[in-house]
Amino acid sequence: MNINNVKSEFPILQEKLKGKPLIYLDSANSAQKPKSVIDRISKFYKKEFSNIGRSVHKLAVTATNRFEETRDLVKKYLNAKSREEIIFTKNATEAINLVASSYGEKFIQRGDEILLTELEHHANYVPWHFLREKKGAIIKFAKCNDKGEVEIDEIKKLITSKTKIIAVTHLSNVTGAILPIKKIVDLAKSKKIPVVVDGCQGAPHLPLDVQELGCDFYAISCHKMYGPTGVGILYAKKKWTDILPPYQGGGGMIEEVKKESITFPKSPTKFEAGTLQTAEVVGFSESIKFIENIGIKNIMEHEKKITEYGIEKLKRNNSVKIIGEPKDRGSIISFTIKGIHPHDIATILDDDGVAIRAGHHCCQIFHEKIGVAATARASIGIYNDKDDIDMLCKAIDNCKKIFKI
Amino acid sequence: MELKELYQEIILDHGKNPRNKGRCNEFNSDAEGYNPLCGDKVHIYLKVGKNKEVQDSSFEGEGCAISLASASILTEIIKGRDYNVAKKIIEDFLNMIKNEAKITINSLSDEQKTTLMSLSGVKQFPMRVKCATMAWHTFDSALEGKK
Ligand SMILES: Cc1ncc(COP(=O)(O)O)c(C=O)c1O
Repeated sequence: MNINNVKSEFPILQEKLKGKPLIYLDSANSAQKPKSVIDRISKFYKKEFSNIGRSVHKLAVTATNRFEETRDLVKKYLNAKSREEIIFTKNATEAINLVASSYGEKFIQRGDEILLTELEHHANYVPWHFLREKKGAIIKFAKCNDKGEVEIDEIKKLITSKTKIIAVTHLSNVTGAILPIKKIVDLAKSKKIPVVVDGCQGAPHLPLDVQELGCDFYAISCHKMYGPTGVGILYAKKKWTDILPPYQGGGGMIEEVKKESITFPKSPTKFEAGTLQTAEVVGFSESIKFIENIGIKNIMEHEKKITEYGIEKLKRNNSVKIIGEPKDRGSIISFTIKGIHPHDIATILDDDGVAIRAGHHCCQIFHEKIGVAATARASIGIYNDKDDIDMLCKAIDNCKKIFKI
Repeated sequence: MELKELYQEIILDHGKNPRNKGRCNEFNSDAEGYNPLCGDKVHIYLKVGKNKEVQDSSFEGEGCAISLASASILTEIIKGRDYNVAKKIIEDFLNMIKNEAKITINSLSDEQKTTLMSLSGVKQFPMRVKCATMAWHTFDSALEGKK
């Protein structure tokens, strides 16, 4: 598939809002879904649905197979070593909570240190905060520099003999900085510290090979990868899935239940309690096919081109200030406009059909650091083109007109 | 059209040059409001008299044009009012935003009513309603001595 024809694959992008075409620049928040994903879910419900793994009837067998085939696809896409390393969750948030809870339960004691960065999304801070409260652990934040990057030295500085886990974002959802994950993992490995990567923004936009990255855990939200809501993935190295305790308890995740004791099966079953989001997981298989069909390298190249065009064009507007200037960056452009609050920007842009996000983007630590409560953010996905950026800039001019700037 | 109703001249003016910004002298009651969705903050300061009349009122805060304008208009219109009148204005305003009701209270001049009504444009923008109402709820808390 040619990336320039991709827009037509997304039904919602053919819709008009109040007579205006939708210019969707909020993919970092959640991405739109191609027709193939929507159709797959619909077909699954129409022809194949049943609960998985529990009954012996034909439908249950088919549904289970489709579900597990998706796990295989994910395993291959991430280049994980085994299917036991691919755990389905409801989103990246749950994936990180799983690690914080199960790893924390077993390995974190009073006074132990958890190392995060100032760029983390609340999803990669709050679960660790719970652990801090519960276990009396300490959280340290590696500093981000004024370009909105986290340098390896800032992480190195904070590692002590008490550091028990490092949890970092792959790609910042505010500044767009791509963190040096490989270097962080190498450094951590030399000290035997496991690394959790929040891959929410990395997975949809960067080539992924968990063996090459070397991290211990990688968390993904499928809805940001052009997939359904309600599906997340936790990649966890087998060495961890073997020894970590289950996260939630319930049906499906047990081996044998007696009045005195319960035993648990191997991963991934051990970590997947209750009825799962069957149709959505099956639907996600089409997202992976969609991405592979276009090619992640082509996607990256395309998004880079559009992002660079956007940054350059916005920079020419002297009321616009771009937040963060990382050397290695993804397709996220956060900005402010002098004299106009981001919420007013977002409302006015919306009137022109341009959907962006405004707020702290669940990164209050970072916003507090730079001393602004909120920023506006345009994020670029597979389907955006230069015309979208032109519309964004036109809508920004309209903002300035309304506010007489 | 709707956008023009939201960003009326009067709102842009109050948003850019909010009145009563800062802490008023001798304030003896205050309250804070916070919108966790967007991080907007407002802090209302009041000087209330023996009979809870609003002798002075001001605010500090960060936020969008709508929330600043709302706090600015609020503190201006309620300053100097008796307790009962202040409560009625707050009630009328919140009623207008939530239930499309008209401003009925007769202790306001036509110009003041128009000013208040300029904020009713938020009704078309459900995500922005809280921007307009937060200062009013916070003011009410301060007036009632609730933190
Ligand atoms: C970097 C990052 N981490 C975590 C999340 C949380 O994702 P979800 O809400 O899908 O779990 C997001 C999405 O908002 C994100 O951008």
